[in-house]
Amino acid sequence: MSLFHFVVLAPFLMAVILPFFYYKFRSIHTGWFLLPLPLVLFLYIATYIPFGGGGMEPVIYSVPWVPSLGIDFTVYIDGLSLLFGLLITGIGTLVVLYSIYYIANKQDEPLQNFYVYLLMFMGAMLGVVFSDNLIVLYVFWELTSLSSSLLIAYWFHKEKSRYGAQKSMLITVSGGFAMLAGFAMLYVIAGSTFSIQEMISQAGTMVQDPLILPAMLLVLAGAFTKSAQFPFHIWLPDAMEAPTPVSAYLHSATMVKAGIYLVARTTPIFGLTQQWFWILVIFGLVTLTWGSISAVRQTDLKGILAFSTVSQLGLIMSLLGMASAALHFEYVDQDTMYVTAAMAAVFHLINHATFKGSLFMAVGIIDHETGTRDVRLLGGLMTIMPVTFTISLIGLAAMAGLPPFNGFLSKELFFTASLNAASFDIFNLQTLGFIIPVFAWIASVFTFVYSMMMFLRTFTGAFKPDNYEKHVHEAPWGLLISPIVLGSLVILFGLFPNMLAYTIIEPAMQSILPGLTSVGDQFYVNIYHWHGINAELLMTIGVVLFGLAVALTLPKLYGAGFFQRERDPLNAVYDTGLDQLVVQSQNITKAQMTGRLRDYMLYMGVFIAGLGLFTLFRYDALAISLEGQGGIPIYVWLVTGVLLACTLALPFVSGRMTNLILLGAVGFLIALLFVILRAPDLALTQLLVETVMVVLILLSFRHLPEMTKESKRLLSTSAKAVVSIAVGTFVTLTALSVHAYRSGADITPISDYFVENSKTLAGGYNMVNVILVDFRGLDTLLEVLVLGVAALGIVTMIKLRMRGGEDV
Amino acid sequence: MEILMILTGGIIITVAVYLLMTRSILRVVFGIIMLSHGVHLLILTLAGLEEGAPPLLTENADAYTDPLPQALILTAIVISFGVTAFLLVLAYQTNKAHDSDDLEELRGNADE
Repeated sequence: MSLFHFVVLAPFLMAVILPFFYYKFRSIHTGWFLLPLPLVLFLYIATYIPFGGGGMEPVIYSVPWVPSLGIDFTVYIDGLSLLFGLLITGIGTLVVLYSIYYIANKQDEPLQNFYVYLLMFMGAMLGVVFSDNLIVLYVFWELTSLSSSLLIAYWFHKEKSRYGAQKSMLITVSGGFAMLAGFAMLYVIAGSTFSIQEMISQAGTMVQDPLILPAMLLVLAGAFTKSAQFPFHIWLPDAMEAPTPVSAYLHSATMVKAGIYLVARTTPIFGLTQQWFWILVIFGLVTLTWGSISAVRQTDLKGILAFSTVSQLGLIMSLLGMASAALHFEYVDQDTMYVTAAMAAVFHLINHATFKGSLFMAVGIIDHETGTRDVRLLGGLMTIMPVTFTISLIGLAAMAGLPPFNGFLSKELFFTASLNAASFDIFNLQTLGFIIPVFAWIASVFTFVYSMMMFLRTFTGAFKPDNYEKHVHEAPWGLLISPIVLGSLVILFGLFPNMLAYTIIEPAMQSILPGLTSVGDQFYVNIYHWHGINAELLMTIGVVLFGLAVALTLPKLYGAGFFQRERDPLNAVYDTGLDQLVVQSQNITKAQMTGRLRDYMLYMGVFIAGLGLFTLFRYDALAISLEGQGGIPIYVWLVTGVLLACTLALPFVSGRMTNLILLGAVGFLIALLFVILRAPDLALTQLLVETVMVVLILLSFRHLPEMTKESKRLLSTSAKAVVSIAVGTFVTLTALSVHAYRSGADITPISDYFVENSKTLAGGYNMVNVILVDFRGLDTLLEVLVLGVAALGIVTMIKLRMRGGEDV
Repeated sequence: MEILMILTGGIIITVAVYLLMTRSILRVVFGIIMLSHGVHLLILTLAGLEEGAPPLLTENADAYTDPLPQALILTAIVISFGVTAFLLVLAYQTNKAHDSDDLEELRGNADE
């Protein structure tokens, strides 16, 4: 086990011991004990950054876990996992610091729960990004779903929290299961390996496999549910019931990017198919547009940010789709223009984590200090909360894509990538490609609008003290540190984007698009603010002008039908679906579990007869042999005739005495048949048993009521008749076939052994009795046991009857 | 001979299955009794009904009927007798507790 394994395991170990700190040191906020951990992890992971330039060599550490199944806990560190690892631990540190001040009232809050869940999440997330083994990745993936649900339902006494947690759990876990199935297919395609890197090395042959498309769709189902892509995004707005540090950490910076990570990680495999490109681009663009339009109609600040996150994730997803086009070109100098998309995706991933994290924290501060997040109540906070205002302004400007913040740069790159995509001459892009920049532009307009709206309605206008329950003032400094750090990063990355270029972005691009560059030769990333007057700049100017116009006419827009309701219309599909699932399964159960014995007997009869007859005819097993049927003596005909007459009369008579007489007659006639068929012991036993049985029934006769009349409804009677005749036919046909087989095949019965050895080995003349007590004595022993148990049971039933009302 | 016995067994089983699907508990118990009759007859028949002496070595015959299925049936008769006796007492006790022989009335609640 290498030291790096402990990077993944450390949060789990810490989660185990943290509650002891909580109960031992009640006076100190538990968060302080936890704060050093993500910081140390961040610094340790940062040592892997290739500061000197010259690209990054991946590092692999492996520990066997279940070697017989090919499951190894393999840690794989390359540019992509490094980027995510730094995001998780870096923002984790800031979130922990922020939460210490956010959940300050430590007497009322179960802090030990909060931090244990958070640590569990952090460890699981690190496991997802550093695992090279698909099964290990899946285990950590589900752990993130679990801990995320626990965190959403942190205030579990609130109904909405439980609803949100259940929803996110159901959606992400369904996606996770689909993903597991996809992984299993990949295992089969790749020839029994779970290692992602081994799969990438044979990606060329893997895409030839017919299973690659289902595997791709299933893996994408996992990625799309996790990363809140359309139409699976509906859980994210409801997850906003979580405490704000959780929303900032899980639902903007890390967990929702797990799907992005998975897509980026598997691009070298799936990116070789055309479907991958189109699915990612279409779903990404639809999510981008839908999210940005939906965000405008929200009145809750966290609701706006949730839909904004959905939209930005769609943007990154579509960029990753466009980036996969680069894999289809063999000339290195040509693909520089296609890899712009990959660069934009990675860069925007970083940017989004910084500005969205800071915005969530700012919203949390506003909520914390004013007691509301409703934009209809807020207003005029600019002078009252100047620091929060500054942070929000930076974050919102970056989100809207304004210079000089980092959002501007990634938006320009996004436009460049989408314009490039329109000019590819693959995948029918020359005809359909124009859609991509159009969608991108529309979505950018709405992004600008909701950013503007958040800014205008929260910070400008008149300050109305009556709207708030508490005295509104600036937040304490402890709460402000984390958003200030993130806001500074927004500016820093905006002004000096190239400090990320060879340290983070280039290695990450190399992981997404391996094999495009030869060893030692890397992608060359250089991000400028000023490219001269080009199409992208004109598009941005158009976004700003058009966005301003929309934002100013916004009050009129709210009258339109779509913008009146806050809830996403897709929620109705989810809610009705879930309700119907319960209702319909209840209906099915009710229809089939009737509580009537005869219905269950009917089902069994149908299945026995159906399956049996089907098998008989399907496999041509039916055979009838009429050999040696002559010479049946007349008395056999007579006995059989009477037996059958008694039997057939049974269902038609209703009196219990008649029934009993018929039953007794059948029993005695069977005994007579045993005599005819030369089975003296059987005849004797049958006679005795039948007599005892009739006596037994007669004994209880006086206490039994008149037998219930059968209903005369034709349908139920004929159904019973059909099923019983079918079962009888099946039994008869099977018996006939067995007989035919037996007389056809040359079978020596083992009974010859008993005939020869009864006297010599067992010293008995009655072969049946010798078999019963000597050759197969164990059967008899257990049969005696059965009789004993039956007798005991009867005694128990009669003697130990409960009088009712007692507990069993 | 075998064909006749197989048909007899088949008819007994048909009637037994029909009785199992009726409303009266007593009839259901009768159905179980009939079912075991049918099965016993079929076991004996399917082992073959060759002409031969009863399986007693004192007969000094050239051929005997197969003793093995007879031993099996003997065991089966005793076991089905035990089960039937138990069921009869159960039906008796059910009737005593609920004063009904009607399975329709003895149904559990619909929600269960």
